[in-house]
Amino acid sequence: MNDMRIAERNVDTNESKISARKVQVYYGTNHALKDVDVDILDKTVTAFIGPSGCGKSTFLRCLNRMNDTVASARVEGTITLDGENIYDAKVDPVQLRAKVGMVFQKPNPFPKSIYDNIAYGPKIHGLTRSKSELDGIVETSLKKAALWNEVKDRLDSPGTGLSGGQQQRLCIARAIATQPEVLLMDEPCSALDPIATAQVEELIDELRSQFSVVIVTHSMQQAARVSQRTAFFHLGNLVEYGETGQIFTNPKDPRTESYITGRIG
Amino acid sequence: MSTGLISLIVLGLAAVGFVLGRNRAIRDAGGDTRVLHSLPFFHGLVVFLATAVPAFLVLILWLIVQPMIVNSRVSGMIPADVAPDAAAQTLALSDVRRISGGLDAAIDQDKITPDELEAMTTDATDVRALLGTVGVALGSDVNPAVFEAAKAYRKLDATGAIGRTIAVLAAALLGFGIAFPRINRDFRARNASERFITVTLFAASTVAVLTTVGIILSLVFETFHFFTLYPALDFFLGTVWNPQFRGGSELGILPLLWGTLYVSFIALLVAVPVGLLSAIYLSEYASRRVRTVVKPLIEILAGIPTIVYGLFALITVGPILRDYFAQPLNLGNSSSSVMTAGIVMGIMVIPFVSSLSDDIINAVPQSLRDGSLGLGATPSETIRKVVLPAALPGVVGAILLAASRAIGETMIVVMGAGAAAKLSLNPFEAMTTITVKIVSQLTGDTEFASPETLVAFALGLTLFVVTLGLNILALYIVRKYREQYE
Ligand SMILES: Nc1ncnc2c1ncn2[C@@H]1O[C@H](COP(=O)(O)OP(=O)(O)O)[C@@H](O)[C@H]1O
Ligand SMILES: [Mg+2]
Repeated sequence: MNDMRIAERNVDTNESKISARKVQVYYGTNHALKDVDVDILDKTVTAFIGPSGCGKSTFLRCLNRMNDTVASARVEGTITLDGENIYDAKVDPVQLRAKVGMVFQKPNPFPKSIYDNIAYGPKIHGLTRSKSELDGIVETSLKKAALWNEVKDRLDSPGTGLSGGQQQRLCIARAIATQPEVLLMDEPCSALDPIATAQVEELIDELRSQFSVVIVTHSMQQAARVSQRTAFFHLGNLVEYGETGQIFTNPKDPRTESYITGRIG
Repeated sequence: MSTGLISLIVLGLAAVGFVLGRNRAIRDAGGDTRVLHSLPFFHGLVVFLATAVPAFLVLILWLIVQPMIVNSRVSGMIPADVAPDAAAQTLALSDVRRISGGLDAAIDQDKITPDELEAMTTDATDVRALLGTVGVALGSDVNPAVFEAAKAYRKLDATGAIGRTIAVLAAALLGFGIAFPRINRDFRARNASERFITVTLFAASTVAVLTTVGIILSLVFETFHFFTLYPALDFFLGTVWNPQFRGGSELGILPLLWGTLYVSFIALLVAVPVGLLSAIYLSEYASRRVRTVVKPLIEILAGIPTIVYGLFALITVGPILRDYFAQPLNLGNSSSSVMTAGIVMGIMVIPFVSSLSDDIINAVPQSLRDGSLGLGATPSETIRKVVLPAALPGVVGAILLAASRAIGETMIVVMGAGAAAKLSLNPFEAMTTITVKIVSQLTGDTEFASPETLVAFALGLTLFVVTLGLNILALYIVRKYREQYE
């Protein structure tokens, strides 16, 4: 049944997974995000770029309602996932976050074993019925995150003992293990060295076949390397959104052009 | 000259030194302070410190050493028939000090002249009456030998005071004499004063360490003394605590240790759940407004004098427990009980658990909570599965600290649990703890050198070792926990 669904999705890769309309975010009286309209496509890597403080993380955190955990934050407008409004009263944000996984800027493995880090999500959501099934999820998640070969002999050692790049891939594996449909990444490489960055970028490219990936980055090279679509934010506004190639070679908005050529930053 | 006056003079000299040193530096620089290695202030400071610090060290040393020397000299003058043993010797010495103080007062008030005093003997003058007129009341007539000792004591003390003044002032002048000539434009006064300050800070920390060592040594010494009078094995393994005034006491620590651990256990049974849950509420759920009000309120609990808790145990908790639990359940009819003391003590140590745990839970990085919430965990799952395990070592440390506080508590036990040493499982029975017995053994009427009194030191040392062990364990756990995030 699962296979059929994947096959179905593969046919139509341009189907919209998430649509945001007229999204406003306020932190207290600070109007941090203004009138954002975006359609994020399935099986696509979408990059959010823009100078720091322009609201990229804020918008990303709207997509899995992580802003609910910030007391001062208020979100208006509609965001739909597969046509269903995620800010509807009957949507459980906890369930939503299982479907829309998140990877953070700094690797944040739990102070538990590598195995328990991965098994955390499946356990709380009751995704498995037996230990062997759980073992299977841990193994496939680590394989998808290209970490299995490095850690398969020490699944019991603490996740905090890994190197920075390995920790970040562990966090990606942890997010994959709950079998999300969308994966949000907030500057996942900013704490990593160039080699680890290259590994994670390669991984993102592979993940595209199964998930819709949204990545915030301050590196335009990275956006150009990994994404198919790019959104440029400036001062809380979504300035321009389109094909990555078009944004970088032929931007329509003068602000986008200034940013890409290095005049605002 | 009195100590206060000497201190003032030394400070005055040092202040003069400061001005002189500063001016000398400025003069050496020809008025242009930019060519000085250090600012003029530091030159002044070096002279100030060189004058004051050694002088005060001499003063402190002298104040400690002089009484020791004088006492040993004077006690040699007291014959054995007046003071047959150590206790009588101590008493005679304190008589000597009081008489000599009275003689000083008599001379100050012109009742006698120093020369008359020199010639005075106990047969010719009624010393007791004379001292009575200056407000020093003595219990009996003055023994001639003691009187002579008192006269000698006065003289030695006076000589000592003169010597002290000279030595302190000499040290001040010497320090000044060494530091002042060194002041010139290239003198690294800033670095020198820095070294001085480092040494001073080090000395301050040494005082704390030495005090601890002193406390332990005095405990160890008296405990050793106790074990020469009473077998150590009987003390540590005895199950009966029954001190007698006339010897033949049974001084087994086990009933007291049992009482201590039982009361502390009940206290932790109250404090750990309440403290931990309120810490979780405060750090994870409470809004900032609630937190700023509630946290200090809980901490007030730690500031209430334990005697007030004792009263609460005695007149409120004890009777309630007796009337509604102990009697209906046929578990006894004493309002003093382990339960009473344990519950009240538990309330007292709640802030130790909650405040420290709250800090520790707050120290768990927010990124871990975000990580867990981002995977679709609920807040309480996040706390149970991520935050608490990460904070656990620190929380355990907080609990151990609370435990050592509970073990050392005395007042609540006296008023809540009574003073009967018993080995019993029934929590509604009166029992007592090590600390309570230390107080009652030391305040009793028995001689100091008897095992009944000295046992207090052995009890104290045992208690010290137990709480020290707990504290070391707590520190070790807390330190280990810290390494995880750094
Ligand atoms: N938790 C918060 N509380 C209050 N203001 C916030 C918070 N997070 C972000 N902001 C504000 O929202 C704006 C956008 O921030 P952010 O989304 O983090 O930008 P970016 O990720 O693009 O650098 C900034 O002005 C920032 O100060
Ligand atoms: Mg950001």
